[in-house]
Parts: sequence; structure tokens; C-alpha cells
Amino acid sequence: MADDLSPARAARERRSRLLLLTPAMIILLLAASGPLLIVLIYSFLTPGDYGGVVWKFSWDAWFSVVAERDFFTDELSFADAHLSIFWRSVKLSLMTTVAALIFGFPTAYFIATRPKRSRDFWMLLIMIPFWTNLLIRTFAIMELIRAEGTVNMLLLWTGIIDEPIQMLFTEFSIMLGMVYVYLPLMILPIYASMERLDFSLVEAAYDLYATRWRVLRRVIFPLVRPGVIAGSILVFIPCLGAYVTPRVLGGGKNLMLGNLIELQFGQGRNWPLGAALSLSLLAIVMVALIFYVRAVGRDGEKAHG
Amino acid sequence: MARTFDIRKQTGFTALAITCFAVLYMPIVLLVVYSFNAGSSIAIWEGFSFRWYATAWDNDQVQAATIRSLVIACCASGIATFAAVLAALATTRTKPWKGQTLAFAMVNQPLMVPEIVTAVALLIFFAMIKVSTGYTGLGYLILAHSAFCIPFAYLPVRARLQGMDLTLEQAASDLYATPFQIFRRITLPQLFPGILAGAMLAFVISLDDVVITEFVKSAGQDTLPTYMLGQLRRVVTPEINAISTVLLAISVVMVIAFFFLSRVRK
Repeated sequence: MADDLSPARAARERRSRLLLLTPAMIILLLAASGPLLIVLIYSFLTPGDYGGVVWKFSWDAWFSVVAERDFFTDELSFADAHLSIFWRSVKLSLMTTVAALIFGFPTAYFIATRPKRSRDFWMLLIMIPFWTNLLIRTFAIMELIRAEGTVNMLLLWTGIIDEPIQMLFTEFSIMLGMVYVYLPLMILPIYASMERLDFSLVEAAYDLYATRWRVLRRVIFPLVRPGVIAGSILVFIPCLGAYVTPRVLGGGKNLMLGNLIELQFGQGRNWPLGAALSLSLLAIVMVALIFYVRAVGRDGEKAHG
Repeated sequence: MARTFDIRKQTGFTALAITCFAVLYMPIVLLVVYSFNAGSSIAIWEGFSFRWYATAWDNDQVQAATIRSLVIACCASGIATFAAVLAALATTRTKPWKGQTLAFAMVNQPLMVPEIVTAVALLIFFAMIKVSTGYTGLGYLILAHSAFCIPFAYLPVRARLQGMDLTLEQAASDLYATPFQIFRRITLPQLFPGILAGAMLAFVISLDDVVITEFVKSAGQDTLPTYMLGQLRRVVTPEINAISTVLLAISVVMVIAFFFLSRVRK
């Protein structure tokens, strides 16, 4: 390819590039980027009586994300209802990430240490559940842990318990569901780092009388750390914005951020607050994404160096 | 005889990995098994039957939702693939240009922004349009699905383009082929597995979407997933299992096909 394009040819190339990008950009402007800007505008408006907004500027929505004013005394206090849901979302997302790591790391290691030919097969086994409907997988978990579900039946039958354990509609069931649904997101990046792991380093460590635990902690883990960080963030982000899993497995009382946002557009009838909450969620996700990009970026540099 | 020391072994890892695979598949397998239950429970097995598949088949709401899902998925994956292929051609194999990062970020926005946020944004935006135009058809859902399908169609095509050899196109150019002839006869055939893979991914993603559809749909526009979400509030019969099994089968076939397509050697 000639590097010194004539001005005419450069202009032609620019025009064709623009033309090629047009359809995608129109669709994305209409149904992705554009609407996000409108959300920003809405977060500074006044809620209408029956949903929607009144076009009057107001800071109230952003204000009530974190604080509330007492109706009678006009005193300020933290909006406990919102903050406790924020806290639950962050807590459950962190716990899910840790649980996914505990199961995902050994699984990625297991796959990476299989013979080359069978690795693809094991990865396919991870991919299949991942690409199947999230609602269906959540529903499958629901069937498993409900009062008359398989887990309780099994425990009753073996005599470990006398009456069914209430697992559904608890924070535990939401966490279980999220681990189940997002586990592949943990395994994929860890496996990608693990596959490039040079086992001669592991061998060298054993030659120097390292124990298995020390090898894992001092040799393997540092080498696949970028994959672990990437996987953790990839699990953490969708957990934070989860909507279907807490709705189906939380039974309406254990709300997470996604459900709180929905509530503002349904019964809550406070669209500006819903918009402000959405943007708060987006802000947290963006911070996590920046960490992700940096972790993956460093990984890439290492691969070249 | 001394046992050889396996440097790859880590105590307990294999057990955890096997547990992991079992946990990944057991719920799905049980779901499928109970779709063939003769009784109306999703926990007590009362014999094998296709009863619930017949029930689902005869259910008018399910039929309507299935057709709607398929119409939306076909339109959206078609539109998204078309737009994504063109965008991939514009953003791959060129010298870096101003705005390239922005274009790339925009294409991938649906992957980065939480679905619930996009759903809310579309709800607000489409509500405005609905009020001012009065149009309440499937167009909103098709547009919304097209948008979030674009990155899924874009990435496989881009990957294929990046791995493609330039020499064939140069040879064609040396033999006085026009740019269109080169694209039609050289680039497109090489690109085809990537396009097909992208289109299939987009189709599955559209077919499975719950959150955005739930927020964007007008009254009486349930797709199969939102219909199921609504049903979960009531007493669940194996009918839901039967519908799930059919959707699962479609996804699994698509994923396996995608897996082999994206492995086709260049």
C-alpha cells in the first residue's frame, strides 16, 4: 500500500470511509448514544404527576440519589432506602466476583493444562451456557432451589434436613444466580492468560524446592494476574447493573440498583430520579471499565516485551 | 517404581473444575428433563410426555410472541450485520484517522453501558417519539435490537478482516480489477465466514434479549423472553420449561455453528 497518497485519493478514501460508517452511526446515535444524552437532560428536570417530566430545571433528582428532606421538619438526612440498595448491589457484586474467582480460577487452570487438542472442547462447554438465554438460566436456578425444588428434595430425602430451607427470594439466591450466570466471564480471560503460561517457570520453581502452594502463589498467580483482574471486572460490572436475576430470584424484596431504577419508571413515577440513578450506575461502571482497560493494556505490553 | 512428579497438578483444582462444569450444566439439564414431565409439577417426575410442548404450541400468546421474536431477530440481525460489515471495512486495515477511536467507542457502546441504563434511555427517548408521531409499531424494538446487535456482528467481521491477507487484493488490483470487482470477488468471499458468524451471534443476542425489550415494548408486544418473564410471577408449569428448551436448542445449535465458523482457517 502506498503511504504517500495523493490528496485527491486521500479525500476519496475519507469520503468512502464516512459513507461506510453512516448506517451504523445513524442506528447507534438513534438507539444508543443519543438517548443517553436525553437521560442526562432528564436527570435535571422535575417529575410529572403521572410519570414523564415537566420541563423545569431542578437539582432534586441528583440530590435525592443520596439525601432526603424530611417532609415535615425540612431536615436533611441520607436517603437510607437508596443507599442500602446501593450498598446491597456493591456487596452482592463483590461477593459474586469472589465466588466466581474461587470456582473460575481452578477451572481455567484445569482447561489450560489439558492437552492442546481437547482445550477447545472444554472451552466450548464453557461457552454454551454463556450464550444461552440469561432468563432461562436464571429460571433454571429458580427451579433448582425453590422450596419443592431438587436441592431441597435431595436434602429431605437424605435426611439432612427435616423441612425445606428457604433459599429462593433471599440475597443468597441472587448471589448464586449471578455466579451461575456470569461465571464464564471469569473463566474466559483467566484462561486466555493461563494458556500462554510458560510451564518451564513452574518446573524451575519446583527444582528450587518450592511447594505446590508457593508455586501457585509466587509463580502462576503473578503471571496470570492481568487475566484475573480482567475476569473480576467483567463479572463485577454486569452484576452491578443486574436486573433480571434479582427480579426473578430476589422476589421483589431484595432490590438491586437495576430494580430500583425500574421502580422509578413504574410505580415510583419519578423519571428524573430514575435518570439520575442510571447515570450514577453508569459512572461506577465507567470507573471499573477504566481499571479493566488498564489491566488489559498492561497485559498486552507484557506479551510484546 | 517411582511416580513421576506432575508439575501441572494443583491439589483440589481438578475437583473444583469438575464441580464447576457440573454446576454449569445440572440446572439446564434438569430444566430440559422436566419439560418432558407428564405431570404439571416442575419438581415431581410423573412420566414422559410431550404434553407441555403441545400446550405451548396451542397457546395463542406463545405463538404470537414467537412470531414477533423471530421477526425482530431477523430484521435486527440483518440490519445490524449490514451496518457492522460496512463499519468494519471503514475501521480496519486503514491508516489511523481522526475520530477512529470515537467510532470504535460508539460501536462498542452497547457492550459497555449496562443494559438497564440503555433500556431506560430508550424508554424515555421512544416515549417522546411515540407522543409526537403516534407510531407504536414494532419499529422501536427493531431499531433498539439493531443497535445492541451491532458490536456482536462487528467484532467477528473485524477479527476476520484483520487476519486477512492483502496480497490477493493487490494481485487483483495489478490485474486491473475495479475496486468493486475486488470487493465482490476477493474480499467478500474471504469475509463470508466472519459475516455469517456475526449475523448468527446477533440473531441469538436479539432472540434472547429481555431487559431492553421489556422497557421498549408497547402494550401487547411481548417477545418470547418477556412473555416468559411475565409468566414467572404466576404458578409455573412445565410449559415454560418446554419453551425454554426450544430456545435453548436454537442457541446451542447457533453457538456450536459459530464456534466452528470462527475456527475456519484463513
